Amino acid sequence: MTSIDPITLSVIQAGLQQVCDEMDLSFSRAAFSPVIAEANDRSDGIYSAQDGSLIAQGAGGLPVFVGTMQYSTRTLIERIAQGITPAPKPDDIYIVNDPYLGGTHLMDVRFARPFYRGDEIFCWLSNTGHWPDTGGSVPGGFSASATAVEQEGLRLPPVRLFKQGVLDEEIYAIICSNIRVADQRIGDVKAQAAALMVGEKRLHELLDRYGDETVSEAIAELRTRAASQMRVCISQIKDGTYNSVAWVDSDGVVNEPLEIRLAVTKSNDELTFDFTGSSPPCMGPMNCVLATTLSSVYLAMRHIFPQVPISAGAFEPLKVIRPDNTFLDAQYPRPVSGCAAEVSQRIAEAVFAALVIPLPDLVTAAPAGTSGNFALGGYDPARDRDFVMYQLSGGGYGGNANHDGLTNGCSTIGISKAPPVEIMEQAFPVLYHHYALREGSAGAGKYRGGFGLDYEVELRRGRATASFVMDHGRFGPQGALGGNDGEPNKVTVWQSGKPHIPEHLSKEQDIQLLPGDRVHVQTPGGGGYGDPKQRDKNAILEDVRLGRYSAKQAKELYGV
Amino acid sequence: MPGKLTGQVIGVDVGGTFTDLVMLDQKTRAVSIAKVPSTIDNQAFGVLAALEEVRADLSCIDLIVHGTTTTTNAVLERKLSKTGLITTMGFRDILELGRRTRPQPYGMSGEFTPIIPRDLRLEVPERMDAAGEIVTPLDETVLRSQVKELLDAGCEALVIHFLHSYANNTHELRAAKIAAELWPNAYITMGHALLSEAREFERGVTAAVNASVQPLLERYISRLIDELSHKGYRGDMLVMNGNGGMVSSRSVAREAAKTVMSGPASGVMAAAYCGRRAKMENLITYDMGGTSTDVALIRDAKPTVSNEIELEYAMPIHVPMVDVRTVGAGGGSIARVNSAGLLEVGPQSAGASPGPICYGLGGSEPTICDANLLLGRLDASKLKSVNSAATLKDVSNSFAKQLGDPLGLDATSAAAAVIQIANTKMAGAIRMVSISLGVDPRDFALFAFGGAGPLHASALARELGVPKVLVPARPGITNALGCIVADLRHDFVNTINQPLDNLNIDQVHNLFAMHIGDGEALIARENVEISALNHFFSLDMQFIGQTHLLRVELTHPKPDRSELQQLFETAYFNRFHVELKEIRVNLVNVNTSVVGVRPPLDLSTLIDPQKRKATLKEAQNTQRKVYFGDGWRDTPIYWRDYLPLEFNLEGPAVIEQMDTTILIEPGDRAMGDEDGNIIISVASQTEKQT
Repeated sequence: MTSIDPITLSVIQAGLQQVCDEMDLSFSRAAFSPVIAEANDRSDGIYSAQDGSLIAQGAGGLPVFVGTMQYSTRTLIERIAQGITPAPKPDDIYIVNDPYLGGTHLMDVRFARPFYRGDEIFCWLSNTGHWPDTGGSVPGGFSASATAVEQEGLRLPPVRLFKQGVLDEEIYAIICSNIRVADQRIGDVKAQAAALMVGEKRLHELLDRYGDETVSEAIAELRTRAASQMRVCISQIKDGTYNSVAWVDSDGVVNEPLEIRLAVTKSNDELTFDFTGSSPPCMGPMNCVLATTLSSVYLAMRHIFPQVPISAGAFEPLKVIRPDNTFLDAQYPRPVSGCAAEVSQRIAEAVFAALVIPLPDLVTAAPAGTSGNFALGGYDPARDRDFVMYQLSGGGYGGNANHDGLTNGCSTIGISKAPPVEIMEQAFPVLYHHYALREGSAGAGKYRGGFGLDYEVELRRGRATASFVMDHGRFGPQGALGGNDGEPNKVTVWQSGKPHIPEHLSKEQDIQLLPGDRVHVQTPGGGGYGDPKQRDKNAILEDVRLGRYSAKQAKELYGV
Repeated sequence: MPGKLTGQVIGVDVGGTFTDLVMLDQKTRAVSIAKVPSTIDNQAFGVLAALEEVRADLSCIDLIVHGTTTTTNAVLERKLSKTGLITTMGFRDILELGRRTRPQPYGMSGEFTPIIPRDLRLEVPERMDAAGEIVTPLDETVLRSQVKELLDAGCEALVIHFLHSYANNTHELRAAKIAAELWPNAYITMGHALLSEAREFERGVTAAVNASVQPLLERYISRLIDELSHKGYRGDMLVMNGNGGMVSSRSVAREAAKTVMSGPASGVMAAAYCGRRAKMENLITYDMGGTSTDVALIRDAKPTVSNEIELEYAMPIHVPMVDVRTVGAGGGSIARVNSAGLLEVGPQSAGASPGPICYGLGGSEPTICDANLLLGRLDASKLKSVNSAATLKDVSNSFAKQLGDPLGLDATSAAAAVIQIANTKMAGAIRMVSISLGVDPRDFALFAFGGAGPLHASALARELGVPKVLVPARPGITNALGCIVADLRHDFVNTINQPLDNLNIDQVHNLFAMHIGDGEALIARENVEISALNHFFSLDMQFIGQTHLLRVELTHPKPDRSELQQLFETAYFNRFHVELKEIRVNLVNVNTSVVGVRPPLDLSTLIDPQKRKATLKEAQNTQRKVYFGDGWRDTPIYWRDYLPLEFNLEGPAVIEQMDTTILIEPGDRAMGDEDGNIIISVASQTEKQT
């Protein structure tokens, strides 16, 4: 037992959380990139000075970043200790996006700032923001056919972008010469740095008030307690091993499914995640770096136990055996752009599918689990300029112990809003023919999945190429406890009136479009939960009355 | 208004639990107040009961201003009029698909019920593009048959919502005209009518909310007016809107969606009014009730208004409304020790039923309210007056057992801990609201109201570094007061969305001129006495490439471009401490508010001057032990109505009144002013520790 009273502990915990939440808020309010400002594709946190382990993280950060920055911060601390990276001075800010140094994909750019009390580094403040572009072969960085990281964009080792508070114009000039729409990035850079300043100021206030020693002690104690809280949660699970499998359609280059094999073992109030037997590293960009594999496990657990605060302590009882020689532990120069958006969601699906067995009340059947990334790049003659349009889309969520899955929910790893059709048509030379609920797509079950999305969009003028990085095209999201799978993702490109279906179903790059050509996307429905025969008859009839299922389907799926 | 006013006005606000009324006679300065239970099924009964309680002679009343939760409740409970939607072919599911999110960041379950069910959402061939050019003409034959189908299905209200109608509304106008020939009533809402901005989901939901509460609101208001006129009332009734202004009952149903959130808005209007009179024009309002706490910001005596309020998950109502944020905890929030052995307060709440343990209605979990009771901040002897099975001992035992044992504390320390944690959390939430609105809370005073607000206000202020707390004369009926002090108000928004460099500034000047003309015409038609007409001009701007907007206030409607650039850069720097000379500026929205200022009201009799005593000693009712951070203290208990006019006292003290209890902590100083406000000077964190 520590000397800190439990009340001070709670108050300091709330204080640390507040510092991070203020950084999050400040970052997205001031950011330029809509990905950060609107989609909140960013995260801020406080990290230990010794090993970079996570002390606290903003509650509004994008779920995929749960725990990731502790790996990049740790690597930074190690490199400084080894003399590879120059040591910091006060008010320095490092920039890094190297996926293999504890990152995700290149577009997630991290800033890290040492936080000094006197002459000592007390902790690190760090944040990540998704930049709209970091160079590479395709705008936005999601190349479906890259075979090496160099094709995906500019890779930055940790370097001091701000030296004692001043932006290093030389480094910045190199960055700007290698990325698209560089003129607006200065707004994001300043917002990202300003957020860390806000954190620094508030953290000083907290330390001044409670004393450095008390706060340090509280941090250690909170870590212990988060670990025990996670252990209590885990103790609900019956001892044993729970197996699951999830599939990535293909790596985008070689048209074969990638397998995630997971065995979760519960013993001693700990969970061990073993991915042995998963597919080897792949040619295309569906490799996952270790930091992202770990945070995918953590984010899945946080979806299951949202009450445990995000901190290194909460992760202690979650042991992940390093999946060497699989595509879940990618090494340089394997391409990795798909890891944060797609592979992460398949890992989460594997965790859900394994743990729904011992935790049927807390875990849902599989959600659509794809970011549904459709990119259209081309030239608009009416405006005489090039454009790049992204349509990210949702899908159905899995049914669960209490109710049907949500229709058109966002990706497992995101919390962002989809852009309105009207805004897309204002900005780009396209016309949507429909944007609708995808009828019949929900996996049947006692509680069915949610329905996917069905949209069709036409190029009106100029020329363009379409690219897709999606998933679940080959296999639908898994049903649970006897429920059916949701309908798989479906992409059809209509070129001069003829349908083209991507060879990899959910992934293809640079499909040529002419005016009048159309792209038709149907996103996955969620997995069903429990035996469809047990579904309430009125609920089935209601779905038919509302046209969500046809009468024929109701008969086939539910026997009604 | 015909004839000379006699000077009697009534404000009546229907809240979730209570209907509050304040009647002010401006000649005699007499004030009457009533608080009666709300009657949810027909709110008119509660209103009439409140009128009876103050024995109002309705034939002598000049004006009744009414705040109602009819529309808010209808939306939240989905008890709506049967409403049909006719929309562009291919897009009927927009209202169900939303913007692809989930209710909580973590947790993959969640539900959403669209405001209009799928079978009542029909489509017609028609299409505009983003430039407002017709891609597919409106198919009037299909339209007619769809209208008939919705009528046959029993719909009472109709929404016509087409893509890009903000750019070209001719199809919506034409369709509404055809529908009007078939529709038996006037409940037809066009998508562009309330909100002429891009974003089909937000515009569609706003229109759908409007249509589906229109019949309910109109029926309710007309029934109420019937009742009132039976009792001799001859005036018009004004109804509060969510923007903190009011409109005539004759026209309120046309834009019924604007009455959503009017209750919280009128509380904030009252705060602004009291603050202006007390010369405290920058306020954070803090309204703590039984289940939740609302926070809003007032700058220069003007409440912050937002066009992007979300009533609940995926329920955006994008019309200008006072920006009131719900930040969680209320008096009924439950305290628990979690599995990490840490004390947590909320988010679970005991609500009104079973309520806190001390209500004796079966609540068994410790709440904030119970903690205040154990610490002597609330009067334990009042427990007896509730026909309650719970005793102070029961409450104490629950704290000892459920919180004290696992934390190693006695019941008192556990209760003190609950208050401390709750205050830390609420202070944090208030900080987040103020920061998200771009201000530092330390530059503001805290305006505390609601039943529980004044108990926590000093501690919160200290936590936030806020130097002063303003407790109005009648914290428990602030919303009703807001009704009688609110102004007439009409808001206008037009989207320009152009870089400042290419902007034809005449366009901005013309829009302002048009807004002024329209607003003044509307106010003239309302026929209510006003003392002045005010205009407020603002522009929503951003750096090109940004998605967030920053509102820039103008002092006059004829700005030039360089002035705008300058204003925006300054505002941006003040807000984000970032200078961006490199990037060009975009002007998005032109906003005007036209306000008909009502003649000032004298609030000095809200507390009856007759009852005031000459000295503090006489105002003291009793004394009891109250627990503060450093232990139990003998604390004087004052009755507020007895306090001398300009008293000045030092904490610790408790001031009780019918509708609230005010806690003055040791080291803090409380003073009265002529409106009956109490102003607490809060000792800073460091002063407090020494």
